[in-house]
Amino acid sequence: MMTLDKQPATLSASKRPRASKRVLRESFIGWLYVLPALLMYAVFVLVPFVLTIVYSFHKWNGVGLMTWVGLKNYITVFEVPNLIGTIFNAFWLVVWFSFIPVGLGLVVASVINRVATGRFGEMARTVLFLPYIIALVAAGIIWGWLLSLSGLVNQILSAIGLGSITRAWLGDFDWALSAVGIIGIWVLLGFCTVLLSTAMSKVDPSLYEAARIDGSNWIREFFAITVPLLKQEIGVCLTVTVIFALATFDIVYVATAGGPGNATSVPGLQIYILAFAQRNIGLASALAVMLMFLVVVIILPIQRLNKETY
Amino acid sequence: MNNKLMKVVGLLLISVMLLAACQPAATATPAVEAPAAATEAPSTDATEVATEVAATTPSCGTEPVVLKATFETGFDIPFKLAEEFTKQFPNVTWDISQDQFANLITSTPLVLASDNAPDLLRLPTMVSFAKDGLLMNLDSYAEAFGWNDWPVPQLNQNRIDADGVRGSGTLYAMGLNYSLTGVFYNKELAAQIGMTEAPKTVAEFEGLLAAAKTAGLQPIMIWGSAKSGMGLAFPLQQLMAAYGPVDPINEWIFGKAGATIDTPSNLVAAQKLEEWIKAGYFPVDVNAIEYTDAAARFGAGEGVFTFNGDWQNTGYDTAMPGNVGFFLMPPAEDGGPYAAMSAPLTFGIAAKAKNPDCAAFFLNWVATNDAAREIDVAIGGSNPGGPAGATMPEVAAGSVTAETLAAGPVMGADGGAMDFIANATSSIFAQGWTPELQKMVGGQQDAAGLLKAVQAEYERELAQ
Repeated sequence: MMTLDKQPATLSASKRPRASKRVLRESFIGWLYVLPALLMYAVFVLVPFVLTIVYSFHKWNGVGLMTWVGLKNYITVFEVPNLIGTIFNAFWLVVWFSFIPVGLGLVVASVINRVATGRFGEMARTVLFLPYIIALVAAGIIWGWLLSLSGLVNQILSAIGLGSITRAWLGDFDWALSAVGIIGIWVLLGFCTVLLSTAMSKVDPSLYEAARIDGSNWIREFFAITVPLLKQEIGVCLTVTVIFALATFDIVYVATAGGPGNATSVPGLQIYILAFAQRNIGLASALAVMLMFLVVVIILPIQRLNKETY
Repeated sequence: MNNKLMKVVGLLLISVMLLAACQPAATATPAVEAPAAATEAPSTDATEVATEVAATTPSCGTEPVVLKATFETGFDIPFKLAEEFTKQFPNVTWDISQDQFANLITSTPLVLASDNAPDLLRLPTMVSFAKDGLLMNLDSYAEAFGWNDWPVPQLNQNRIDADGVRGSGTLYAMGLNYSLTGVFYNKELAAQIGMTEAPKTVAEFEGLLAAAKTAGLQPIMIWGSAKSGMGLAFPLQQLMAAYGPVDPINEWIFGKAGATIDTPSNLVAAQKLEEWIKAGYFPVDVNAIEYTDAAARFGAGEGVFTFNGDWQNTGYDTAMPGNVGFFLMPPAEDGGPYAAMSAPLTFGIAAKAKNPDCAAFFLNWVATNDAAREIDVAIGGSNPGGPAGATMPEVAAGSVTAETLAAGPVMGADGGAMDFIANATSSIFAQGWTPELQKMVGGQQDAAGLLKAVQAEYERELAQ
C-alpha cells in the first residue's frame, strides 16, 4: 500500500496497476493464511493478557459487579507479607532451577563429550533427559514420597550413618524450599545437558587440539573454549529455566502446596488461590501482572548478554 | 539482528502465555450479565412457588423429569440416593456431572451463572453465591415441607441474612446429613495405657496423652500438610469450645460484624495446643502428613487418638473393625457442656434451575424417607437429620458409627454444635489456619500470634 503511493508518475500506466493488484492479492492471501493462527493467538493470548491488566485495577469476584479500585490491588501485594514473600521465594528458586542446572549441565555435558562419546554418551544423555519428559505432577508426587519421613532419602541417610539429620524434608521450615529446588534440578538438568552437549559437538575440535598442544588441561579448556563459545546456548538455557523458576506452579502445588507456613509459596500458587479459592480476581491479576513484569525485567538483561557474542 | 529481535519478542510472548495460563477466569461470563439475571430469577421463581404451594406441596409430578445435578467426586451418598430416588419415582431420571471438591470451588460460580445451571448441586461454599443471587431462595419450600419445625440447629448454618452473615435469615441450602467431630481412639492401644472409659475433662484427656507418650506410643495421629489443610485446626477448635462458649466461635465463622477469634478463652485454647505440640503429642512430621496418610497410619496402629469426623467412620470400621472407639471432646470442667463441629453436607438449588420443585422434593425426601435415611447412615456414617420424630436407622452394634450416632444427641442437648473455623471464609483455611498452625509446629508462631494473624487475614478477606 505504501509503495503504491510512492510510485513515480513516469511509470507506464498500463503495467503498474496490474502488478500492484497482484501484490495486494498476494498480501491478502498471506493474511488469510495467518488469520486462523492470529485469531487463536488473539483470543487465547492477547485478549486474556489485556483483560488481566484491566482486572488488576478492579475489585471483582468473578461473577458480580466489577468496581474500579485503581492501584489498591498493587499496594496490597506489597503490604501482605504472604504475597510479597512469594516473590522472594521465587528468586531463591531461580538459584535451584536455573543457576545450578545450567552450571552443572555445562560440566556434565563437557564430561560426556570428552570421556563418553558414542553409545554410552547417548545413553547418559537419554537418562538425564528422561525427568524432563515426565509429567511434573507425577514427579512432584513421587518426590513427595521420597522426601517423606519414612521415604527413601531418609532411609539412605540412616543407612550411611546420618540418621540424626533425617526429617520430613518437605515439611521442614529450613529445608522445604531447597527440597523443592532439588526436584527442579532433577527435572531441568537433563534439558540443559542435552542442549549444551549438542552445542558442544558443534565446536571445532581443532580448537581443543590446539589447546592441548599448548598444554592446557580440562579446566582451562572448559573456561577458555567451551564456555565462551557456548554463550548463546547458555543464554537460552538461562532464559528457559529462569522463566520456569519464576512462573513455577505445578511442582510446588503437588509437592508442598506452599507449606509449611508459606515457606514454599510462589507467585503462581498465590495467584491460583487468590483467583479460584478466594475469588479475588483483582488481587490475583495484580500479582500476575507483577510476575510478568518481573519475568521481563530479569529476562531482558540475559538477552542483552546474548547479544554480545555476535 | 532480526534473529535477536525475534528471540526477545518470542520470550515476551512466552512470558505472556505463561501469565495467560496463570491468569484467572479469562473466559468468564461477562460481569454485568450475571447479577441482573440472578436478581430476576429468584423473585419470579419465589412467586411461582408461592402460588403453587397454595395449591399443593411441590413434587416431581408424574411427567418425565430429568434432574440436572452436580455432585462431588469420591462421595457415594448423593449417587446412591439418586439411584434410590429413581427407584421410588421412576419418572425422574438424572443428568449428573461430578468433580473434585477443589474444582467445585472454582467452577461452581460459572456453572451457577450459566444458562444450563443444575437443579441440584453440592455447594462448596455459599455466602458469595447467595449474595450474587445465584442460589434459589428456599424459604417457601421450607414452609411448604415444614422444614422450619425441624430441630433448630440443622437449618441455621444454611441461612444467610441481608448482610451476608450466616446463621439466620433466608434459607439457601439443605444438608443431606450432618457430620460430627470428636476424638477417635484405637481400643487396643487405649487399653494398654489404662483407659477404661472416655475422659470427662481436658485434664483427664491430657493424662492419657502423657501416659501414651511415656509408653512410647504416638499419642495423637493427625495430618498437617498444606496439601490437605492443617488438621490441628480440629483439636484447636475443640479446645476453644472446651475453654469458652460456642456462640462467639459460630458468630466468627458466620461472619457477624465485629466478630473476633482473638478472645481470652481462645488464647487459653491456643496455648494448650502449643503445649501439646511442645510435649510431642503430635507426629514430628505433622507438617508433611496428608489427610489420607494420617488415616492410613492410624489404621495401621500408629496413634492412640486422632481428631476427625464421622465421615471417616466407614474407613475406620474397614481398616480396624471393632477396634475403633469414639468420644466427644471433653469439657474443661467435669459436667461442663459438650461441643463438637457439626456441619451439613450442603446441597442447594440454582437460581436458574429448571426443576426447582423436584429438587426441593428430593431434599425433603432424603431427610424423611426411611430408605434414604438408611443409605445416608450406612454410606455416609453421619446423622441424617430431619424431623424430630424420624426413625433412626439401625447400625451394627460395636461399630464406630453406632458410637458417633449416640454421641450426636448428647452434644445437641448441650447446644454445642459449631461449624468449622476452617469454613469462615473461602480461603481462611489455606491462607490463615494452615500456614499459621504449621508455623506453630515449626516453633515460628506462638498462641497469641496465631490468633492475631488469622484474625488479620479474616478481616482482609471479608473486606475484599
